[in-house]
Amino acid sequence: MTKQRVVVTGLGTINPLGNNVSDTWKNLVGGVSGVDYITLFDTSDLPVTFAGEVKNFDANEYMGKQNARKLDRSGHLSIFAAEEAIQDAGFDLSKPLGEDFGIVFGTGIGGIGATEDAVRVYDERGSTRISPLAITQLMPNSSTGQVAIKYGIQGPSLTITTACAASANAIGEAKRMIEQNIVDKVLVGGTESGTTSMTIGAFAQIKALSKQNDEPQKACKPFDKNRDGFVMAEGSTVLILESESSAKDRDAEVYGYISGYGSSTDAYHITAPSEGGVGALRAMEKAISNADISNKKIDYINAHGTSTPANDLNETLAIKSLMNDYAYEVNISSTKSMTGHLLGGGGAFEAMASLLAMKNNQIPPTINLNDSDEDCDLNYTANHSVDKNIDHVMSNSFGFGGHNAVLIFSKQ
Amino acid sequence: MEVNEVFEKVKTLFEEELGIDSEKINMDAKLEEDLEIDSLGIVEVVMAFEDEFEIEIDDEELTDVGTVGQAVNLLHSKL
Repeated sequence: MTKQRVVVTGLGTINPLGNNVSDTWKNLVGGVSGVDYITLFDTSDLPVTFAGEVKNFDANEYMGKQNARKLDRSGHLSIFAAEEAIQDAGFDLSKPLGEDFGIVFGTGIGGIGATEDAVRVYDERGSTRISPLAITQLMPNSSTGQVAIKYGIQGPSLTITTACAASANAIGEAKRMIEQNIVDKVLVGGTESGTTSMTIGAFAQIKALSKQNDEPQKACKPFDKNRDGFVMAEGSTVLILESESSAKDRDAEVYGYISGYGSSTDAYHITAPSEGGVGALRAMEKAISNADISNKKIDYINAHGTSTPANDLNETLAIKSLMNDYAYEVNISSTKSMTGHLLGGGGAFEAMASLLAMKNNQIPPTINLNDSDEDCDLNYTANHSVDKNIDHVMSNSFGFGGHNAVLIFSKQ
Repeated sequence: MEVNEVFEKVKTLFEEELGIDSEKINMDAKLEEDLEIDSLGIVEVVMAFEDEFEIEIDDEELTDVGTVGQAVNLLHSKL
């Protein structure tokens, strides 16, 4: 059987920049920050008081209280994003997607909010008062199962938890499922709603978060000299992946091809990237080799670009090792400068941003990049979007644990 | 407490705690089919009853409870 090429035929999202794809894209190219002070819980005892929250979303209103109660917030966001993606791909929401559809979701910490709630109840009232919904809300595969139930997806399923690389790995593994003719359509998502008091506190303890509480919108400044950590964010993004032949058979509109996927593991340190970004570099090389193109064909790199001192430096070094002189030419940007860090939902969001950049021939900027760092001296598309023909995009995602996942998207 | 008072309390619990549409809640309503309370939901319902009425309900006592009316009668008998 011939190897299938894989296309994207549907997108859906809910994130700090918007509750649909078109609003999100408008804000991405407009250089708008979705970061602000936290409204979901009291931050008075926390060293960090801001995050990228989803706005204007009431799960009770969206799915009814009886249904909303059964899911953690990360699950609510997944169901919402999946609806837009399924419709966008041209499928009928009133019919189950069936056994020809697979599902792969990526998440970093799943229903961590439900875990925290259950622990509080246990401590205060004992084990017999823990909600019977706690387990099904907190398990990392909750979104995978709930989205499958809601939309009737009966093909193979996987949940991937490689921290901040999770949903990039999810897209890559779904690509392989289609290439190997295991299934011809896969709903792939990334989701995270880990913006809770405990996780903010815990990430702050490992000095991973920006503490620029005075100006939340300006706190996330990837590649800038004054960057001091990432900004927590929440959201979900869903893509419909399909074999090229399936998309052609249904005359589906195509956003682009997923032409390359590479993954690697640092095997170095549980949080710090390997020196010189050599682990990330291996994943980039594998992705480019998988796409069967040369390095210079990459027109845009959607960087992992978290705004931590260590990531941005080592990612820069890895890109230099990969591309040599061309590293100084290629447009790079970090959309995290606007969204904050969606953790396990980041790979899917940035895949969407990459596909939209390619489709619109427009590169979203890295905002808040004002003071250049002599060690981060590449073309990061600072502060303003750039119009440019884009045939191939590379999207980087790296996670705690030393997980690296790189995707290449191509117009043809 | 009279049976109708127990029913009103149960109705309020179902509405406020579980988000069930109040129009569906009557003595004949079946918990699973009509109110869409699944096996996990039943555990929640029991916990809510125990808290509200300050009683304990054993699993065996639930064997014959399939409707709102049967739940109300069980609660009434324990008060």
